[in-house]
Amino acid sequence: MKRQTLDLWVGVLVALGIAATVFLSLQVANISNIGGGPVYTVYAEFENVGGLKVRAPVKSAGVIVGRVSDIRYDGELHKAVVAVALDANYEFSTDSSMSILTSGLLGEQYIGMQSGSDTEMLQEDDVVWLTSSALVLENMIGQFLFSKASEDSASGSAKQE
Amino acid sequence: MKSLFSALAGFLRRLGAPVSGALIGLGQGTRFLFAMLAASGTCLRRPGLVVREMYFVGVLSLIIIVVSALFVGMVLGLQMYETLQRFGSGDVVGMVVALALVRELGPVLAALLIASRAGSALTAEIGLMKTTEQLSAMEMMAIQPLSRVVAPRFWAGFLSVPLLTSVFNVVGIYGGYLVAVEGLGVDAGTFWSQMQNAVDFRLDVVNGIIKSLFFGAAIMLIAVYQGYQAAPTAAGVAMATTQTVVRSALIILGMDFVLTAFMFTGMGS
Repeated sequence: MKRQTLDLWVGVLVALGIAATVFLSLQVANISNIGGGPVYTVYAEFENVGGLKVRAPVKSAGVIVGRVSDIRYDGELHKAVVAVALDANYEFSTDSSMSILTSGLLGEQYIGMQSGSDTEMLQEDDVVWLTSSALVLENMIGQFLFSKASEDSASGSAKQE
Repeated sequence: MKSLFSALAGFLRRLGAPVSGALIGLGQGTRFLFAMLAASGTCLRRPGLVVREMYFVGVLSLIIIVVSALFVGMVLGLQMYETLQRFGSGDVVGMVVALALVRELGPVLAALLIASRAGSALTAEIGLMKTTEQLSAMEMMAIQPLSRVVAPRFWAGFLSVPLLTSVFNVVGIYGGYLVAVEGLGVDAGTFWSQMQNAVDFRLDVVNGIIKSLFFGAAIMLIAVYQGYQAAPTAAGVAMATTQTVVRSALIILGMDFVLTAFMFTGMGS
């Protein structure tokens, strides 16, 4: 086979391979999600983190503003301490609140963040005090059954009288 | 001291010929790898050698890669949609197809196909060159067969595998798109946006490419080594070719588990 034909075909292969890689990085993966920008870390204590995972998104008003960078158990507080890396472009007041929410009915869990009204802003290593835990389905069902039972017994005793 | 070593060697020998044979093979393979790397300078001085082999390893494998990827993607789309639909989440089919292809099926299946399509051909070619004493003739002419025959084939395969894997991934995703969007009526926007939400560039795409680099090095080393070490008979070449495919398949699947354990376990819990 002529050398030029060989070169042409190998060129086609290399071009296809590179085009495929570019397609994978731009169309399939979201390259803007690399997240190499500067971040600052704040901490939050939760009674129960439910199914929250490291790298879960932190959203404020539905926009991703950071990611969970670490989750560990504090033996003295008996609480879960969650480290959150927030994008340095966004500032939040020191009285911000965090709650663990679920996207969709059975979707992944994320942290919803709501800024407060304080004029001071959260700095590196600050702690977010206002937190609300993940909803655990079993506990909710238990509470529902309990309240239902007490309601029934209350109305039952009212009837008897 | 010397007697201690010889006693130890005797103990290892009594473990059985298979064990020592496997260890000797491993040692020879490592020695072969370093000798070949040392003889790779010629590939840089004469890139035409590598380009010529890339045609045989890479370009001629394109068709089988594209056709297989299309069908793998279509089957994935079909099966995943059927199952996901039971939970009312048929919309995430794009994400499932893309993750399965980019992380696992793309690198593994592409490497398996290349090992059977190109690796076996390399082994047979080098084995036949040895049988017909072409390699010895080269040595007589002061041409190193390692740098003239073996190294260009190794590097051509090593460069082709990641390229073919990327092509496999893209064609596979397109196959999934055909079935899910054109065939089953998933919304095209949902298909792509679910995929983009879930597929991470560094964790999934880059790790998939790293996997394919490992697979490429392993299967090409096995292919050229088996050819170079083949017994110079018809039966010897036949056995070496079989061994190439068998060992490549085992190594790819074994390495895939180890690499996956390294790359993706940090993501769970």
